[in-house]
Amino acid sequence: MPSFKKINPWRIFLYLILLIFAATTLYPFLWMVAASFMPLREIVGGGMRLIVPDMSLDNYRHIFTVTQFPRWFLNSFIVAFVGTILNVLLNTMAGYSLSRLEYPGRQAVFYALLALIMIPGQVLLVPNFMLLNELGMLDSYTALIVPAMVNISHIFLMRQFFINFPSECEEAAYIDGLGRFACFFRICMPLARTAIATQAIFVFMGFWNEFTRPMLYIRSMDMLTLPVGLQMFQSRDAGQMWNQIMAAATVSVVPIVIIYLIFNKYFLIGLRMDGDK
Amino acid sequence: MLNIKRKTRDTLQGYAFVAPAIATTMVFLGIASIFVLFMSFNRVNIIQQSYEWVGFNNYRLAWGDPMLRRAIRNTLTFSAVVVPTQTFLALVIASVLNSNIKFKKTFRSIVFLPTLTSSAALTMIFMFMFSMRGPVNSMMIAMGLLEMGEPINFLRSSQWSMRVIMIMNIWSTIPMYMTLYLASLQELPKSMYEAASIDGANEFKKFFYITIPYLRPITTFVLLTGVIGTLQMFDQAFIFSGGDGGPANSTLTIALLVYRYAFGPGSAMGYASTIAILLMVLILTISFIVNKLNKGDERVY
Repeated sequence: MPSFKKINPWRIFLYLILLIFAATTLYPFLWMVAASFMPLREIVGGGMRLIVPDMSLDNYRHIFTVTQFPRWFLNSFIVAFVGTILNVLLNTMAGYSLSRLEYPGRQAVFYALLALIMIPGQVLLVPNFMLLNELGMLDSYTALIVPAMVNISHIFLMRQFFINFPSECEEAAYIDGLGRFACFFRICMPLARTAIATQAIFVFMGFWNEFTRPMLYIRSMDMLTLPVGLQMFQSRDAGQMWNQIMAAATVSVVPIVIIYLIFNKYFLIGLRMDGDK
Repeated sequence: MLNIKRKTRDTLQGYAFVAPAIATTMVFLGIASIFVLFMSFNRVNIIQQSYEWVGFNNYRLAWGDPMLRRAIRNTLTFSAVVVPTQTFLALVIASVLNSNIKFKKTFRSIVFLPTLTSSAALTMIFMFMFSMRGPVNSMMIAMGLLEMGEPINFLRSSQWSMRVIMIMNIWSTIPMYMTLYLASLQELPKSMYEAASIDGANEFKKFFYITIPYLRPITTFVLLTGVIGTLQMFDQAFIFSGGDGGPANSTLTIALLVYRYAFGPGSAMGYASTIAILLMVLILTISFIVNKLNKGDERVY
């Protein structure tokens, strides 16, 4: 006889909690997307409907053709892309060196990095601003990329990865006459691709979403990145142009959501690695 | 002979691989932190590039600075409200999700959205939602929650601004911590719950006597990252207040005060550095305490 389970009030309660949580989490995003298709007067009209009759692509057309939004998008992309490549290369090399090569001073380097990772980022903004000013790097892509082209926690994650990595394939490669560098690029990096992909995703997201550094280091309007650019949609008489801001915010979220949809499993791996530290 | 040659080669290669990382961290972390410490003992004039040694004068000034006191109070309140709330809610929702819920994976994937979004975009969305004619006010008016049906000016009210930032922060960090908790919970052996059920434990007892102790190491991590993050809160307060920490300094955090002193009128880089150093001391002290309180966590890299 099929079991007719009684409806369990406890389970209904659990589903209710989840439903409320999901609704609260998603509602602001629904608003963002809905408002991005509305004219400003509809948004500030105090209505609560997510779908109104006069929705259009006008806001998107406006930010892409009239404002510097496309340029900011491009800036964000260049900075995040170059920054990610550098990070992946340099962090992986450093992690490899700290785990697989034997040399005097290796422990010292490791402990120095361990000490430096404790320094909170906000504390370094003022001295780094002065340094970049001194080096004449302010207001350039360099200012956004170079100070962040290495990330100590990702060095440690790569080090951890290479410690648990069998050495046979490397040895086989030496016997075949491959040098250290060839071996690193042709054997080790390809084998580390899961760790590298995870690293790349989190670094890219970090650059893409960064607000404080571009806000401090960039002066010219055409060098801004998206998160800072979002603050620029204001008009003298209407104040915040919410319709344009929401369109710009929607576009700014899209690339990361696409990456998330494609590389979903790496996000989980990355979070786990953080938590296991 | 051959051995020495090989050792030299290994050393050279070792350093060659780690050199870019050493150079970058040396300059932008090492030299920068020595520099900020040095500046904290100086009066710095950024235009004339002059440094005047003033000893502990900046620190003495900081001791009596009412703005700093306000910023510390705001920051600690923010941290004290946000960190426990987000940790607790993340834990509860993860446990709920872990109890044979259908569509678990879909649910987890969808609610991850805030983690992907920049603080700048999130802040703009929340400012919009909490604006005078935004959906939150409209909803409260529709539900008759407001006296006289007058909307609350959340963005310009010294009572409300910081609370909105707190809500936003809790809201935006729960999904990430929940995902972390859930990953760990899925490894908790089901037999432990079953044994507890046989002993007659109800759901709440199981939660407090099995789930919470089991998740302790993750909780330490969640608390630590939460504390370190909230004590440095800057973006949200900056965007919310247009950079000045208003209204009436209600959203002035320590990091925002550093910014205001360094880049505001007068550009007191030396004094700003002093406050940055004090912020660092505060963060390290509180992280140390959190770590000690939640003992049993081994941080191994």
